[in-house]
Amino acid sequence: MSALYIFLSFVMVFLSFSICGMLAMWIDRKLTARLQFRVGPPWYQNFADFIKLIGKETLIPEKANAFMFVASPVLGLIATTIAGTIILFISRTDTGFPADAIIVLYLLAVPSIAIILGGSASGNVLAAVGISREMKLLLGYELPFICALVISAIKSGTTTSLGSIIQFQQQNGMILGSFSGVIGFIIGVLALQGKLGLVPFDLAEAEGEIAGGSLIEYSGILLGLFKLTKAILFIAGPLFLISLYLGGFSLSSITGIISGILKYILILVLFILIRNTNPRLRIDQTLRLFWGWLTLLGFAGILLAIVGW
Amino acid sequence: MNNKQQNTKKVVVPIGPYHPLLEEPEFFALYCEGEKVVDVEWQAGYNHRGIEKLSESKHWDQVTFLVERICGICSTSHPFAYCNAIEDLLGITVPERARYIRSIIGELERLHSHLLWVGLAGHFLGYNTVFMWAWKYREPVLDIFEIITGNRNHYAMFKIGGVRRDIENEDIPKIRKVLGELKGKIEMLTGAVLDDPVLAARLKGVGVLTKEHIKNFGAVGPVARASGVDIDVRKDDPYAAYPLVEWKVITTENGDVFDKAVVRLLECFESMKIISQCLDAIEGKKGEIQAEVREVPSGEGIGRHEAPRGECFHYIRSDGTNRPTRHKIRAPSYVNIPTFKASCIGQTIADVAIILAGVDPCYCCTERVAVYDVEKKKKLHNFKYLVEKSKEKTEKIRKEI
Repeated sequence: MSALYIFLSFVMVFLSFSICGMLAMWIDRKLTARLQFRVGPPWYQNFADFIKLIGKETLIPEKANAFMFVASPVLGLIATTIAGTIILFISRTDTGFPADAIIVLYLLAVPSIAIILGGSASGNVLAAVGISREMKLLLGYELPFICALVISAIKSGTTTSLGSIIQFQQQNGMILGSFSGVIGFIIGVLALQGKLGLVPFDLAEAEGEIAGGSLIEYSGILLGLFKLTKAILFIAGPLFLISLYLGGFSLSSITGIISGILKYILILVLFILIRNTNPRLRIDQTLRLFWGWLTLLGFAGILLAIVGW
Repeated sequence: MNNKQQNTKKVVVPIGPYHPLLEEPEFFALYCEGEKVVDVEWQAGYNHRGIEKLSESKHWDQVTFLVERICGICSTSHPFAYCNAIEDLLGITVPERARYIRSIIGELERLHSHLLWVGLAGHFLGYNTVFMWAWKYREPVLDIFEIITGNRNHYAMFKIGGVRRDIENEDIPKIRKVLGELKGKIEMLTGAVLDDPVLAARLKGVGVLTKEHIKNFGAVGPVARASGVDIDVRKDDPYAAYPLVEWKVITTENGDVFDKAVVRLLECFESMKIISQCLDAIEGKKGEIQAEVREVPSGEGIGRHEAPRGECFHYIRSDGTNRPTRHKIRAPSYVNIPTFKASCIGQTIADVAIILAGVDPCYCCTERVAVYDVEKKKKLHNFKYLVEKSKEKTEKIRKEI
């Protein structure tokens, strides 16, 4: 595995995930609009939004810590792209390394941390409320998300290498096919919903309450970078879940690619359904859900996985 | 003052003057400790248009159009109350057909206003599906308005002594058909809202107003009825066709935001009941739609109407000329909004957003006399200031003479 290979796959992931993520977000917007009797935006809307943001003036508030304010969106973007690169390219059995799933888990937490850093650097009151919520949300969904990873790791013969997990599933069928697999998948989808900041867990942005929350002071290209991070996360997050529970995303054959896309669409549809049939939860309710029900469910899933169900 | 000094130490989360939560400019300063709101300050006056003063410069008939423009949502409540006030002064009876038509317009307005609130409440909770669906179902109501009056929002139906236009007999089946379809849709929406466990978790026990609070603040309308206070001008002081048809006042006991939603949604069905009975009463008949009014004698009159948000009150005084010498308006939000002092304090920011929206505040109705300086946060034109200004000017003129 040469440095050039890593670099090229990084660039490829950056480009392809950005484009696919924006298209996925368009599907989300379009389906949501159709559910709500609206027409919805054209397919290029997210690209147009991003290009427009690049051309807009970038304001850095007087009270802000300028370095942190500018650096955090970049940090989030890079971390998400690296996570994507590991999931899609590096985690093959020949190039992967032990415990890469744990690295991905950490990297996927970085965008939230970037939002927290950026929001706190902006010095805005509403952003402060937003980041306090984002922080609690992060602490909330990480524990169930780890449970989801642990269930998959135990099921696939106690390994935390994504390559081995995928290989195990190719030989023995998807982990989703077992009791503990279903539990882990449900937890994973809800935790990702929180990671992506979709309703009912959009309380860090909560337009109707705190007017955009953590991102309130961001404008221009910096806001664009946050949107881009979200687009990449929109692909990388579900892809991670596909690797853990749905047998991975194979790029080696056309059937592999098509089945991979179908798996992705399954998760996307779940996101959209949850998002459109729920109101926003309060932060205490969110934490009660994640630390209470979902963590208990996660522990139950781990026990089931150990027993072998 | 002591309270204010304490407040300066806390974080102020501003809601307004321009904020996605508010459809109109308004400023709520939430004093917070973490997510918890410990005090709320309210500043109004961004939208003051001097309607009462304007009214004194228009003749009686023009004022009907003027007060219609106080608010786009209750655009029939103000003319309704105003006409009631003048008819009180004149001591005339409105022809029966006109009374039925007035009630139809009033109830259609309640229907569209309540649906609008349900949608907005959904939006504030981040539940945009409810937002869009409720507004979609509101559209047919506006279509009915267009059939009857030619306009979707400002109907210009009211006239002193009656109504301006008749409801044509051939339109009635169309109206019935639309209402029939609407009923099923609202039933579905009501079911979806009331049975949703997540919505219940967000709204139940949030922003509770007790009967005691309602009486102390003098709150009116659905806000009062949700707390079990059975007040409704339509029943308490019957006017138009309300005593002639059968309907009931909806009340609930808990006084939280969920109950406010329940009251509003169930009131939609009562409104449809009233409309359909009124349509029965006028269908296939012909009759006068206005009483003749030539002159308004000197005197004073009061008029009330149960607007979608509560009691709308108009007072007028006449000196026998063709325009009011005084026109006082009290809109329901004026008494409903201050209940935030009882319902918001101690709640989290997330809940305060929906509690503030829960009274269905309508700021443009409320703005009457206060003028504020936003930066210095003080009232500008209080009585003392105006008296001083007046004295200054007198002095100035005296010197010039």
